Amino acid sequence: MRLQILDNGHGFGTKALFALIRTVSRQPILDVIKLVKYRPDFYGTPMSGVTQEAMRGPSFWSVGDRELMAAFIAKTNQCEFCTNAHSAVADLAYGGGKKASALLCDLDIARIDEPLRATLLMLGKLTREHAVDADDMRAVIAAGASPQQIGDALAVCFSFNVIGRLADAFGFSVPSPEAFGAGAKYLIARGYR
Amino acid sequence: MSNIEPARKALLRRVREGEGKASPSDRRAAFDNKGLTEPLRPLADKVARNAREIVDEDIDRARQSGLSEDQIFEIVVCAAIGQATRQYDAASAALKSALEM
Repeated sequence: MRLQILDNGHGFGTKALFALIRTVSRQPILDVIKLVKYRPDFYGTPMSGVTQEAMRGPSFWSVGDRELMAAFIAKTNQCEFCTNAHSAVADLAYGGGKKASALLCDLDIARIDEPLRATLLMLGKLTREHAVDADDMRAVIAAGASPQQIGDALAVCFSFNVIGRLADAFGFSVPSPEAFGAGAKYLIARGYR
Repeated sequence: MSNIEPARKALLRRVREGEGKASPSDRRAAFDNKGLTEPLRPLADKVARNAREIVDEDIDRARQSGLSEDQIFEIVVCAAIGQATRQYDAASAALKSALEM
């Protein structure tokens, strides 16, 4: 990572935890974990509160749908780390296979419910152009998404427009698929806290 | 329906107003992407508008100007949260407008 403090500036207890995780998982510590565990009172802990609510709180979308949104936002931002990480989580949440990865390749031909497709397209525009207008929202509503579903999707978008920027700015390294797989299992089992 | 507002407000309050290594005015300026001077201005702007184009030299320039890594960390975090906040607020207003018409 571009800041040494994010690689090795953690306290003794956190370093010991990282060593334990490396031993048990036989995978390197993902850079996103190093980030949220560095001075966690400043960013990691308050941000995790937001992300946990958006991704695992009560919602009109399934966990798989929300993880797919996260991966789609990351792909729109061309953030390789977050795209790979959340594709892996979405695939797991959808019951295995490569459904999320396939959906990310082509929203138009992929078999996907219209409300989710319209919501993803709106999130893509918001992420790419930094704004959407009332007509964009009316199109999503016309496709069958409820205002509550749109609100839930915007919460996901907030979190991943923060995290993706930090991944790019701090220079997260992109590890092996096995490391992402281990991270995905953790996020399904434990969430974002 | 999820409700991120209490946690989101706590996050914004913490990074803008809480204790930090960078000054609160610099953190607020990074959040707003407005009012920073070199070398933080171009870094915060890149984080907000085009984060994938950030390269080592962007961080190095900030470091070489005398800023500590902790200060750079805080400024980058504030810039990222600020831009995501503007997007979130714009989209929430658009949704509200769509429902009122």
